[in-house]
Order: sequence, then structure tokens, then C-alpha cells
Amino acid sequence: MAGGSQGYSGSDDYIASKALMEIVNVAVILKKPLVVKGEPGTGKTLLAHSIARALNKKLLIWNIKSTTKARDGLYVYDTVQRLNDARFKDKDISDIRQYIKMGKLGQSFSSDEQVILLIDEIDKADIEFPNDLLNELDEMSFHINELDEEVTAKHRPIVIITSNSEKELPDAFLRRCLFYYIEFPDGEMMEKIIKVHYPDIEDKLVREALKKFYWIREMDGLKKRPSTSELLDWIKALALGGIKIEKINNEIPFLGTLLKNEQDTDRFVRVSTNQGGFGFRRR
Amino acid sequence: MFIDFFFMLRRKGVPVSIKEWMSFIEALYEGHFQSNLNHLYHIGRAFLVKSEAYYDAYDLAFQEFFGGIATEDVELDKVLGWLENPLNRLPKMSPEEIMEFQRQLEEFKRTHDLEELMRQFRERLKEQKERHDGGSKWVGTGGKSPFGAYGYHPGGIRVGGESWMQSASKVATERRFRNYRNDIILDVRQTKMALKKLRELKREGTEEELDIEETIDKTAKEGGEIELVFSKSRENSVRIILLMDTGGSMLPYTELCEKLFSAATQANHFKEFRYFFFHNCIYQDIYEDMANYKNVPTEKLFSLFNKNYKLILVGDARMAYSELFEVNGCIDYFSTNDKPGLDWLSRIRDHFPHSVWLNPTHKNFWGHYTVDTIGKLFPMYELTIDGLKDAIKALTSKTRNLLHQ
Repeated sequence: MAGGSQGYSGSDDYIASKALMEIVNVAVILKKPLVVKGEPGTGKTLLAHSIARALNKKLLIWNIKSTTKARDGLYVYDTVQRLNDARFKDKDISDIRQYIKMGKLGQSFSSDEQVILLIDEIDKADIEFPNDLLNELDEMSFHINELDEEVTAKHRPIVIITSNSEKELPDAFLRRCLFYYIEFPDGEMMEKIIKVHYPDIEDKLVREALKKFYWIREMDGLKKRPSTSELLDWIKALALGGIKIEKINNEIPFLGTLLKNEQDTDRFVRVSTNQGGFGFRRR
Repeated sequence: MFIDFFFMLRRKGVPVSIKEWMSFIEALYEGHFQSNLNHLYHIGRAFLVKSEAYYDAYDLAFQEFFGGIATEDVELDKVLGWLENPLNRLPKMSPEEIMEFQRQLEEFKRTHDLEELMRQFRERLKEQKERHDGGSKWVGTGGKSPFGAYGYHPGGIRVGGESWMQSASKVATERRFRNYRNDIILDVRQTKMALKKLRELKREGTEEELDIEETIDKTAKEGGEIELVFSKSRENSVRIILLMDTGGSMLPYTELCEKLFSAATQANHFKEFRYFFFHNCIYQDIYEDMANYKNVPTEKLFSLFNKNYKLILVGDARMAYSELFEVNGCIDYFSTNDKPGLDWLSRIRDHFPHSVWLNPTHKNFWGHYTVDTIGKLFPMYELTIDGLKDAIKALTSKTRNLLHQ
């Protein structure tokens, strides 16, 4: 199968390129983890939500932080609870099982139906973190030492891993995954994305706004280039503020929604005043 | 034949591993994919290329390998029309016939190569004007021609179902990922792994880890009254100061130093990481920025940081004799120094017992009087992965290298 009418083909509120759909489908069929990388605001996290909706499967989200350890995703043994229970003797504490709490990865393995597991922003964790998950993702099983038991996935979950490329991921880890780099959407794609979010917005406004948006993005020397979410905020502000289209042509209202730090705003003003024909003047 | 694509990728610099290639081939053989070049392009990339930095190299390899295939416009709709509704889907064959086909297949493999076949295919397409079912020459269904669908020809070309002569090579020729080629980031990871060795685990910070042994001991002593004991989690206590030379002679090594610098700044496992810059040699001021505008008195190094900080100096240690040994020898005409650089360097060495000097130039070029002198002050290592490892070993050793006392 793959692609086309069957399998994943985007969802109502998420626009995916054809290539991405194909790769998601391959990942689903082969049950291989899919690493999705890209600039912030390219919809990496939303992809997993969209797949879950389109395939009608449950989504488990494991948000990674700098302190997250690979073990946290498997299981946690709640010693304090057990000690506490031992003190009051109102519970049978001989069964360790009740003190083993599954982490997100553990939950996805022990689930009775196939689920989608989103490991979000894996690059936030320690540099060794992905390597600690190698075996678990490969074999889709892990060992609980306290019970001397093996947890094996009943249904291999569909694993989507996102990375902001803050850190390079280890090769051994990447070798076991499929990899997709989401490019920043081009104008055409962006128009579709905007339509999904604000279906009633005027076409002409969108087009003018996009022109300006890409112009700012291509400006050299910006610390943080505006991304999709900033664009959506900006367009919302334009629409709500009832800004006339001609006005966008001449200046950029609500610049603060696009550029979030002072240096970038300065840089923007400098560039736009130097380009004579543009007609943007500092006020 | 197809394995050549693997070697092509490697030749173009895409670090494809055998494991990745095998899983790609397995997936191909399991028949999950459409026979469509565009599809193959994207799927292949997902399997074989694991960083956008190599997307461009992949495009180049793909273009070179598959480029020839789709150069001609084939009237695909027409051809597919011929192949619709085959009259006789699968010819029945006896075991003997199958044996015969296998023999032919071997024969065919020996005598034909793909390119020749593609050439014939294109020619045949040009000549052919109508639909054919059966037969052994034209593109059609159920026949024994090498071209067509639902037919039997050993090693022939199947044209069917999906259009496979699409324009994947067009995508490849666009080379949209050229800008993502970023050779700098490529071995930052290696450097980071080396820096990772630079740690001393100590129990510090808030008490948040449950110490089970202690808890059980205490609880037993209390006669069963539960006493929870928490301990501090182990944290890296290494504090680093990086001092980098931004002088003109360092220009050729900018990239190398950038790698070290970005690896060190990104490695967030240090307790503290501070960096300063200097120009050729250190005098009364060091700088907070690379352009040497924001100066900080070098004295501050001694007052702000104690001897537990580990100091890494990076520079080629190559300068004019006067810059190191003389008063007012500083290379910048607007700057004066009432103490020679060597005095400052010695003071730094005395204040920071754990210090190393990383030199981006090759060991063979260290035979220079200032390099020698500085090399006697600080243990000097090459700025390579191996040199870095040695330097880190020296930094973490408990005793100071006596040779340099």
C-alpha cells in the first residue's frame, strides 16, 4: 500500500507534504521509529497528533526535559509508597507489582491496542539519552529488575521522535530510525496552512502578509527568524485589527508579533530603511 | 547492480551504514513501496540519510545514479492504456518451463545490462503505436517481451500499476538542500563526547534522591518508625574557563576553534562554563567578545575564580619575541603593557593548577621560541580529538603535572 488513499494522508487540521505522508506510512508499516527534525514551528509535534487522529489511535506523549533519564520512560519503582504502606500494615506489600509505575514507553508496550508514542524534543535530554533507549526501541521490550520480568510490546507502537537539532543525535540511534527533515513551508504550502487555521480570512490579505513574511525571513542577520506560529499570530492580529491591505504594503503593523527581540527589530529597521524602493520609514 | 547506488552514496560522502542499506533493501523486497522513482527518492532518503546536512549529497548521488532514466518524456498514459485489462493475466507454466525461464534469466543477466535494456525500452516505445497482448516484442501485457505488465520475461522491465517513470530526478536536480550542507556541525558531537569525559561527580545541590540503604538503616534503628533519608544527586562539579586566541595567525583555524567552542557551549553538563578571548598573548586585559571590544581586567580571573576552576587555553602560541618577553610588546599599537606577556601567563599558570593549552597547529610546527616557552608553562596538546582526550586526562588528574611546576 503506502500513500494515496490508504493509510495516513494528513488530517483536517494538519497539512503534510506528500513525501512526509509516504514516509509516515512506511514507518507505520515497518513499525520503525521515525525521527522528525526541523526548525521550530514546522509542525513536528503536531504531526504525531495528526497521525493519531487520522489513524484513530491513542497518542501517548513523552515530553523530554534536560533531567529526563531513559529509565523514566520505562518504569518507576515507588519505594516511598511501599515503605509507607509497610508502616501502617493496611495493605499487602508483598506484591511489588503494585508499586511499579509504567512510564510512557512502558505504557505504550503494555497497551492492549497499538498506540502512537510521541517522544517530544529528544535533543533536550543528556547527550547519551538516545543511546540508552537503543535496545528498548529495537527489541520493543525491557526488563523490570524488581520483578525479574520482561515487558514485551503487545503491539509495536508507532514511535514518532522530534528533534530541534539542538544536539546531534548519535549515529547508532539514527541507524535504527527513519529520518525526515521538515523543510520550512513555502508560500503555497503556507497559504494552505493558514487556511486550515483561519478559513474565513481574505485571500488578498494572506498573500500580502506572506510576501512580507518571507521577505523578513530572508533578511540576513536575524537572531530568530519568525516561524509559522508567529506568522499565524500576526495574521490573526492583522485580521482582528482590521488593517487595510494597502497598509501592509507600506509598513508592517504589529511587528512585535513577528520579531521578538530588540536586536532583530533594530536590524529590521536598518535593512528596511536602506532599501529605498521599499518605502518603509522609521517613525 | 543496485548495490552501486550504495557505493555512489558513500562516494558522495553520505555516511550510509550497511545496516541502513540492508533495512532499506529488505523493505524494498517486502514490496511495501510503489514502483515510482519519486517515491523511491523520498523513502530512500528516510532510510539512508540521517541528517539534513547530507540531503544535498544524497540529491547529487540520486541524480547521478537515476538521472539517466527519466530524461526522456515518455507518453506514459498511452503506454499504460496498452497495459490495462490484460487478456491473460498469468500464463500457466509447467515446472520444466519455469526451469527454462530461470536458465534464460541467468542468460539474460549475463548478456544484458540495465542500460541496454532501458535503451531498447525507449526505442521500442518510440516505434510502438498500439496495444499489444501477448507476443514477445512490444510493450504489452501477458507476453514474453521484456517490457510490459503481467507478462513473463526473465529480467524484463515491468511497466504497470503506478507510473514509475516520474520525475524524482527533477526533485533531485533542484538541490534544494544545498544550504543545509553544514560541514561544521558534523563532528561537534565527537568533540562533545570528548568533553563529556571532563567531569567530577560530586553530591551537590538539593537533596532529592531517596537513599534506600540509609532509609532502611534509620528505620530499623527507629524500631520501624519510617525515616526517609534523601541524598543529593550526583552532579558534575567541573567548572571550566576557556581562553581563546583570536589573533590573526589563528584565522586558518577558526573553523576548528568554532567546533570546540560550540561543543563546549552546548555541552550543558558543566557546573559552570566561562569563556574569554585574547589577542595573540595575554596582558592586563582579556575580552568577553571575539572582536575584543569588551575588556575585562585579567586580575578579575584571579579574584572571580578560585583554583578549582579548570582552565583551557586555545591558541597557536606563535607570536613575535617582543609580544611575549617585552614591556609594551603588545601587537595592538593602541595598547600598552607594563608587564611582559610571559609574566601574565605565569601568574595564570600559578593561579590555576589545572590548566592546559590546546594548539590548533600540528606538533611538527611547534619548534618556535614562543611556542617552546609557553609549552614549558602549560602542558600543550594538539587541538585534535586525540589531543583533546589527552588534555582532558591531564585536567582531571588529581595531581598537577610536576614537570611543569
